Amino acid sequence: MKLKQLEGLLGGLTQFADPKVELEQYATGPHIASRMLYTAENSFDDISGKVVADFGCGCGTLAIASALLDAEHVTGIDIDLQSLELAQENATDLELDIDLIQCDIKNLNLAGLLVDTVVMNPPFGTKRKGADMDFLSMGLKVASQAVYSLHKTSTREYIKKAAIRNCNAISAEVLCELRYALPQTYKFHNKKEVDVAVDLWRFVPRARDERAS
Amino acid sequence: MRLLTHNFLASNVRGVSTGYPLALEVAKSSIKEVELNADFLRGILPKLDWRALVAAASAAGFPDLLAAEQPQEAELFADGAADAEGSAIRRLHHALLEIHVDEGALVCPDSGRSFPILKGVPNMLLHEDEVRH
Repeated sequence: MKLKQLEGLLGGLTQFADPKVELEQYATGPHIASRMLYTAENSFDDISGKVVADFGCGCGTLAIASALLDAEHVTGIDIDLQSLELAQENATDLELDIDLIQCDIKNLNLAGLLVDTVVMNPPFGTKRKGADMDFLSMGLKVASQAVYSLHKTSTREYIKKAAIRNCNAISAEVLCELRYALPQTYKFHNKKEVDVAVDLWRFVPRARDERAS
Repeated sequence: MRLLTHNFLASNVRGVSTGYPLALEVAKSSIKEVELNADFLRGILPKLDWRALVAAASAAGFPDLLAAEQPQEAELFADGAADAEGSAIRRLHHALLEIHVDEGALVCPDSGRSFPILKGVPNMLLHEDEVRH
């Protein structure tokens, strides 16, 4: 599938009607989501034929993008039931099968090595401190191949250090810097559109048998 | 929820050792056919918990779908097996990717805590006093 085609299909997904501030429910726009998954597939071969998990899937954009790029099995995980219902609707509209689990990412427990790739647009941790790192460390615990994630560019040095030192990553690489145009989703955003620089990261987890814990 | 997801999902109630495998209770299930991908099955075979998969298929109403012991690769991936009705690889594919549990529950083997499955979505949320600190 071509990038433009992927972006077009993601652009047709239904977004949150009533986003929840405490969960930092910013939808992942089709521009960013399509580039994230397209790169994962075409530069690293991490999607097609793989088992993919989308952490904090919201309305399902990254999960659906994975399924569109021929992931063999996709599981979207979110704490919020309304989001999961929306993700289900979006997947059904495109005749895609994705599995969904309602769970708080920090309490997730996945056994074995079945999940190859984790994709996520985590909360940036501005409303609940550390939420972004909870997502990242769980992603690196669960994935056997790679973790793709978005983090504010302003936190780049910190993310790199924390991923390698505390989260079992053997490599942490910024693939590109993107502009995240946050539409005026919440009342506390007083400017019309807030443009945030975000990094698209690819992390490689340490092999399970080489981990200290 | 398909049985492949069941094969890696565990409970995380405070105090449990592994929380795996979750016992599956099925009130309603459905079948959706998808194309068989032999390379995919070959890749995940060594990573599957075969016993958990057999138990889950049985709970979903297919007690005879899978052999009790994991079949040899030579049998699973024999020439033409993917196209042969009722072959071991077709049954494995069916179990992992075509059976959907729509209503039921997942029960933690250590704590007995039951997690409901509604509209295909297992609810793994924990109460405050069940969370590990």
